[in-house]
Amino acid sequence: MIRAILALILFATQAHSETIVLGLSQDSVSITATFDGSDILIFGAVSRTAPEPLDKGKLGVIIAVSGPDQTVSVFRKQRRMGIWVNTDEVIVDRAPSFYAVATSGPIEDVLSDTEDLRNRVTIPRAIRSVGATVDDSDTFSQALIRIRAKDALFQMNAGAVDLEQDTLFRTSFSLPANLIEGDYLARIFLTRGGKVIDTHSTVIPVQKVGLERWLYNLAHVQPFFYGLLSLVIAIAAGWAASAGAAALKR
Amino acid sequence: MQLYLPIAEVSVNIFLILGLGGLVGVLSGMFGVGGGFLITPLLFFVGIPPAVAVATSTNQIVASSFSALLAHLKRRTVDLRMGTVLLIGGLVGSTLGLLIFNYLRSLGQVDLLVSLFYVVFLGIIGALMLVESLNAILKSRKPGARKTRKHHYWVHNLPLKVKFRVSGLYISVIPPLLVGVLVGILSAIMGVGGGFIMVPAMIYLLGMPTKVVIGTSLFQIIFVTAYTTMLHATTNYTVDIMLALLLIVGGVIGAQVGTRIGAKLKAESLRILLALLVLLVCGKLGLDLLLQPAELYSLKAAGDL
Repeated sequence: MIRAILALILFATQAHSETIVLGLSQDSVSITATFDGSDILIFGAVSRTAPEPLDKGKLGVIIAVSGPDQTVSVFRKQRRMGIWVNTDEVIVDRAPSFYAVATSGPIEDVLSDTEDLRNRVTIPRAIRSVGATVDDSDTFSQALIRIRAKDALFQMNAGAVDLEQDTLFRTSFSLPANLIEGDYLARIFLTRGGKVIDTHSTVIPVQKVGLERWLYNLAHVQPFFYGLLSLVIAIAAGWAASAGAAALKR
Repeated sequence: MQLYLPIAEVSVNIFLILGLGGLVGVLSGMFGVGGGFLITPLLFFVGIPPAVAVATSTNQIVASSFSALLAHLKRRTVDLRMGTVLLIGGLVGSTLGLLIFNYLRSLGQVDLLVSLFYVVFLGIIGALMLVESLNAILKSRKPGARKTRKHHYWVHNLPLKVKFRVSGLYISVIPPLLVGVLVGILSAIMGVGGGFIMVPAMIYLLGMPTKVVIGTSLFQIIFVTAYTTMLHATTNYTVDIMLALLLIVGGVIGAQVGTRIGAKLKAESLRILLALLVLLVCGKLGLDLLLQPAELYSLKAAGDL
């Protein structure tokens, strides 16, 4: 509540001359049986109540989409007695399961370091790791980013936001197939000279639907029945194959 | 063609999974092994979370083993009494194994332990079978030298003797019970049916004729893996019915093909092939432990399966 009021005051005192108006290609993502990733188009416009304040620096747009946060254990292997085993572990308290950032230009041009720190925009800032017991815990965070980036779960796309005549902007995010369910948060930052002058956020729910939803619920709500069902299918398939083979022989 | 798996939460290529199921089905029919020792690592390679791979492959083993068992029942190569004794041991063993597994998981390093188990057991069994089968073939080639079979194993001197007519044995129930328990423990820890251990144990330890070994082990495997499937489904929710269905469709077809091939091959050459296959998987897993991995770091999220 306090935060909301503060935000409101901030909003009022900044006396925004430039604000964001937003649109999405889809309000939610449905995971169906044939789900193979999804593209989300995020677009919008900068609405102005006064002429563009060109003296305050260049206009920039940054869009960050993040999936539900997780606690992640990062393990490192070392050779022990000739074989490679996990020897060190660092627990990253909060890491988004999916994180993608798109900007209208090079990140150092559109976002200052202090603003990045405050708003946790870039990938390393979006991850929080405290109380690490290993000296070089930074390398573990880097490993987390490297592994997730390889799976397209972390994406940093500088220059991927098209900004036309400092008014219209658009970008598209590709969500990979190995998404987890939950509310995905899209945050849009409007910056001028590296300073954030307006933010806007919207939630994109990602949910399984249809058969996927039904099976998932069944497995978690009626696990005994689900187990029996899988066995019945297995036995029936085994019998059917045997009967089919016998019929072919005749 | 891609399919999103509801429990594994990944998207997979349908034909890839069907092919994996088919390959393992052929092996299942030929050798009487469930194929879990092969399908579980293969599922890891295509990106299925390990816990889902283990739980779902037990379900697939039920299907392919059932199909193969029906073929063996028709040929009357199943010793039901021996199978029941092995099964009782197996259920006790897999319950024990799950307790051990969960205890080791609380200590961490369970992945390493599973790999080591695979390497050690596959290595020993594979090497023993290869040597024995090669010897048998060499002996049978010598003219006049008839294959002799030892009829008095030490296991024949234990109490509680029972007649196993189909196997032509009159032995104590203690050794088959112990074999069942051992296989049950290993199958729960390694996420396999355990045929690759049980088949040689039945031949070399119990002295059962090779002809009935495969059918009887299939009989035991079906019930033990069904039991394990239920355990996984009710405690970890890691059985993926869609993945299982794809593997099953591929597997049951493969199993029928495999049974035909198995009936045509000689027992010794069958065992050499199985031995080589077991050693191959063992070598692959062993190398993974010995060679420096490309990525030294690995992740495990709290919600991960």
